[in-house]
Amino acid sequence: MSLKGKVWKYGNDVDTDVIIPARYLNTSDPKALASHCMEDIDGTFASNVKSGDIIVAEDNFGCGSSREHAPMAIKAAGVSCIIANTFARIFYRNSINIGLPILECEAAVKGITNGDEVEVDIETGVIKNLTKDETYQAKGFPEFMKDIINAGGLVNYARENWGKK
Amino acid sequence: MSMTMVEKIIASHGGKDQVKPGDLVSVDLDLVLGNDVTTPVAVKEFAKLGMDEVYDKERIAIVPDHFAPNKDIDSAEQSKIIREFAYAKGIKNYFEIGEMGIEHCLLPEKGLALPGDIIIGADSHTCTYGAFGALATGIGSTDMAVGMATGKAWMRVPETLKFEYTGKLQPWVGGKDLILYTIGQIGVDGALYKAMEFTGEVIENFSMANRMTMSNMAIEAGGKCGLIAPDETTFEYLKDRAQRDYTVYTSDEDANYEKTYKFDVSTIEPQVAFPHLPENTRGISEVGDIKIDQVIIGSCTNGRLEDLRLAAKVLKGKKKAPHVRLIIFPGTQQIYLDAMAEGIIRTLIEAGAAVSTPTCGPCLGGHMGVLAKGERAVATTNRNFVGRMGHPESEVYLSNPAVAAASAIMGKIAGPEEVM
Repeated sequence: MSLKGKVWKYGNDVDTDVIIPARYLNTSDPKALASHCMEDIDGTFASNVKSGDIIVAEDNFGCGSSREHAPMAIKAAGVSCIIANTFARIFYRNSINIGLPILECEAAVKGITNGDEVEVDIETGVIKNLTKDETYQAKGFPEFMKDIINAGGLVNYARENWGKK
Repeated sequence: MSMTMVEKIIASHGGKDQVKPGDLVSVDLDLVLGNDVTTPVAVKEFAKLGMDEVYDKERIAIVPDHFAPNKDIDSAEQSKIIREFAYAKGIKNYFEIGEMGIEHCLLPEKGLALPGDIIIGADSHTCTYGAFGALATGIGSTDMAVGMATGKAWMRVPETLKFEYTGKLQPWVGGKDLILYTIGQIGVDGALYKAMEFTGEVIENFSMANRMTMSNMAIEAGGKCGLIAPDETTFEYLKDRAQRDYTVYTSDEDANYEKTYKFDVSTIEPQVAFPHLPENTRGISEVGDIKIDQVIIGSCTNGRLEDLRLAAKVLKGKKKAPHVRLIIFPGTQQIYLDAMAEGIIRTLIEAGAAVSTPTCGPCLGGHMGVLAKGERAVATTNRNFVGRMGHPESEVYLSNPAVAAASAIMGKIAGPEEVM
């Protein structure tokens, strides 16, 4: 699966309250959530993000609340992939579980600037910066997580593997 | 081979003799928890699993506490989804308004969070139950759905960081100050993906309330969980409460910790975390002159009887500053009743406080105390992120209940010694 888009770059500790503020959590409709995505950190994001675009951030992306609404909002906004140095663990888990591709890659975070055109191969973890003509290698996933990703998320995986007792 | 508490708990729930950090293990769950924000998504995912029944009607807890009592029509619809699901599936531990409390105050009170348990909750502060020596951790709605259906979850065995607290506590310093201080030292990702284990004589002498406050904020350091070894204090708290038998796991003497932090508490004063991260901590003497508009005392971090007692001690016979809104949230109905019986509620109301039914409302800017642009609050809650309590240009300062109460009186951030 190859993903391509323009990069929206952010810094450290982007928390789930800025990804989707709690005042909008009275709904779980992905489209409604997407219309407020990143609102408190970047008011231009929700109205300008294009399908396929990629978020790149530094450390601890998605820290804070367990709200799955955060990766749901990002996914529904059209973002194809998130690249960061590190992710907060609940956000990491939620993204894998709902099938939103995420990659940890310090070289990419260092090399990519806001607005760069980037292509990502999820299978190999190869990240190509088309604007700067650079290539970076992301960390791979453990086999077990690959199985969840390949199943299309945790619900499908559980149905196949943990079915009725 | 020796193991830490967390490793032993995961091994026992994964049918293994031995696990080590980094292993991925499928574990059996003791309890699955959700609230009115996260459960509606889980209900939708549950339907996709194609199973008619939940794995165990007694092992699921659903608490409408975030936007409940319903703050608007959309929240009412969300609560309706989970209420109908709970009744249709026969879920025993569904807590309707009137019985409802803030989930992480309520579940321990009901004896549902026990030593040695693995508990997953679609709420990041599920780590609170680490205070009982449980592996309790926040997960999202999809994990909750699969947990409700199968009684299982996948887990990566975390490395364990040991935190040892020794020395004599200064006046007005409690669990909130120690955990804020710790986060200030290691940062908001200082325990990322890892287990925190709180140890030492100070923790051993702490009440369950102080222990729960510390475990509650493990997530604010990025931790997967924050555990405290069960002891007599734990067993005493659980004596007439525990709903099930439980197994106690403690770390082996020679267990493998990734790192050990040692803190001498005798130099730690009451802490305040400045906007917009819990790691921006300062001692109360270094705060300076910060005028405030609102004070919130309560939440899953500091909404227990002991916390209200501390606030009342500071506010007794005094008045809040006229321009300050002082809003107090007992964690559960039982805490509310106990606080009434002790005269705490009267003291607080006479000091000018508004006392609310239990809800998470103001902590996450939901309802019952949302901040306007440019406003500042001192709160005994757990997060001070941008926009956390309302307008993106409002500010939240985190503190313990005594500092919050003193600040309400002074109209600016202040320590209890300034008003006593």
